Amino acid sequence: MTGFVQRRPIATLAIAVVVAFFAWLVLAPWPPAVTEVMGPKRVFLSAILSGVTLGALYFLVASGFTLIFGLMRNVNLAHGSLYLLGGYIGFEVADRTGSWLLAFPIVFVITALIGIVLQYVVFRRMEGEELRQTLVTIGLSIVLADLMLAIWGGRSYQILTPDFLSGPMELPLVTAVRPNGDFVYLRYPRVRIWILAAAIVLGIAMWLVINRTRIGMLIRAGVDDREMLAASGLPVQAVFVAVFAFGAGLAGIAGIVGGTFQSLSPGEDTRFLLASLVVVIVGGMGSITGAALGALIVGLTEQIGLTYAPTYSVVFTFLLMAAVLAFRPQGLMGRRL
Amino acid sequence: MAVAARTRSTLAATGRAAADPGIEAPWFARIPTGVWLVGAVLLTMPAYANNFVLFQVFGWSFILGIIALSLMFLAGYGGMVSLIQMTVAGLAGYMVAILGPSGTEQISLGLSWWIYLPVALAVATLFGTLVGTLAVRTEGIYTIMITLAIASAFFYFTRQNYTIFNGYNGFTLVRPPDLFGVDWRQPVPFYYLSLACAALCYAAVVYVARAPFGLALQGIRDNARRMAALGYNVTAHRILAYGFASVLAAVGGVLLVWQNGQIAPGTAGIPAVIDILVIAVVGGLRRPIGPFIGALIYVVLSSFAPDILTAFGLEPDRFKLIVGLGFLAAVFFSPDGVLGLWDRWQARRARRPDPLTGKVP
Repeated sequence: MTGFVQRRPIATLAIAVVVAFFAWLVLAPWPPAVTEVMGPKRVFLSAILSGVTLGALYFLVASGFTLIFGLMRNVNLAHGSLYLLGGYIGFEVADRTGSWLLAFPIVFVITALIGIVLQYVVFRRMEGEELRQTLVTIGLSIVLADLMLAIWGGRSYQILTPDFLSGPMELPLVTAVRPNGDFVYLRYPRVRIWILAAAIVLGIAMWLVINRTRIGMLIRAGVDDREMLAASGLPVQAVFVAVFAFGAGLAGIAGIVGGTFQSLSPGEDTRFLLASLVVVIVGGMGSITGAALGALIVGLTEQIGLTYAPTYSVVFTFLLMAAVLAFRPQGLMGRRL
Repeated sequence: MAVAARTRSTLAATGRAAADPGIEAPWFARIPTGVWLVGAVLLTMPAYANNFVLFQVFGWSFILGIIALSLMFLAGYGGMVSLIQMTVAGLAGYMVAILGPSGTEQISLGLSWWIYLPVALAVATLFGTLVGTLAVRTEGIYTIMITLAIASAFFYFTRQNYTIFNGYNGFTLVRPPDLFGVDWRQPVPFYYLSLACAALCYAAVVYVARAPFGLALQGIRDNARRMAALGYNVTAHRILAYGFASVLAAVGGVLLVWQNGQIAPGTAGIPAVIDILVIAVVGGLRRPIGPFIGALIYVVLSSFAPDILTAFGLEPDRFKLIVGLGFLAAVFFSPDGVLGLWDRWQARRARRPDPLTGKVP
């Protein structure tokens, strides 16, 4: 951090100014001149919050993807299918038992088991053959998508929000000032705030595990040099299986979350696969911090674009990716290739 | 590797023939008998095939084959698996629909064919080359991911944009121009049109693969660093390969919109993008004939899958399952596709002992 400030004083200043302006936009009540240009503050704030919460969802999906890629160098293009499958199973569990929370451990275990099977049956057999692994996962995603279409049909599902999370909550963010001097605070769906908090906690936990524990040390060593780690007599295959299971389980859990505040239907698998791809391209492959940063940026870009220029919101995401590729091909947090 | 070896042996063979000027046969005599046979069957096809086979099976196979051929050129000779080819084709098709006449009259400009055809090809080629310029900054699986991301962005953009691409509905009633007084959408003329285009594209790929540019490209695929050390501009070669492949894909796209008579975002949607990859891989990425074989298999499967599935007592709409499983089987058991199977069978036959002498060759 201090190294960056010393190396790039001007860039740091620019970033600080942008962040300060942004913080002012979010926190302060807007003067009429700003409202005239940007529309009501309520719209802006909900765009920001939707962007951040969408970023949280993207982070859940993409962090597993980027961990698997960083460690094993294989692109699991069936990751989106795991997301959708997790969502469907979560819907079934929540629908039958009536417990939203119970869906999480069940889905995590099921998708993690699928991940273990994938690692044993597919990836271990073709270690080092990246292209072939990619092709196999494409084939798997076709098969899984068709199987899910056969079981759950083409209609769209939504997982019901549990009672303790439903309804709006008031946030300490001022949207407007009444003529009598009272502040009007922003009301936002409670479930989204909780999911955001959960994603942040999970992100910090993952960061701690990776940077502060023995398992994390193994994973980091594997990301840096897989062959050397294996040659040191450490259980590389066990680490691979664990990471794969964890990443797949995260994708399944993200499916429940996505099914709760969006919906589940055929085609969502490719949508989230694409989102993970863009997130890891922007953030940098194999880095959890990069996935968090990328997910936040992509989520914000998408939602702000959707609010202020609905037709071109996809193009913004794409332009963002192209810009990152053009100026920093390894991604914002990635190491030089 | 095998391609490199084969190229080397062809090079050696031609080198030997050139050293001995009396022996070299005229170029048409060097074309193997199989090619003449296939050519003759294809040319006389309208005499014994019905319109469905001509228009739907063969017309569609040629079109998908051309688009998959552009992927094969990039992947097989350039080592770059690009998923953007279907999008380039889709853009060419959209350009034809937007600039030329179509049923969506408030958007289509209705220009005549000699304007919109070159412009469509040029725009699509430019787009493909630009994407290539971005994609060559990356390697291997990154290329797949980036081109897939751009292809999906194009799909979502065409679905949301109503001013240029007419959003979800796309364009209908796109007809080929009535050149020389022929209705090119009739089965027989369209069959010959697509056959001619496919043959031209095939010949172009075969020619380019043996031209200095193609050989340099294959050298870059095998060892980019060595080629750079030899003074070749690696990036320029790769971008140029994208440009050439885009021309092929654009031709396929124009034919595709003429055959369907309509174009919509789903034409270049993510499943279609993946289908092109499936076709190229199942057919085989090593020789330019592979994509056409893959396309024929795909089209026959998709045309007759409902009948096959009902015969096995399954639901008729599980066609994608068959395609996916077939693709998985191909990747698992024969990474070089159907052509790889054929090569292996030939090699095994060559190794078999001679039935008369018992000697192993």
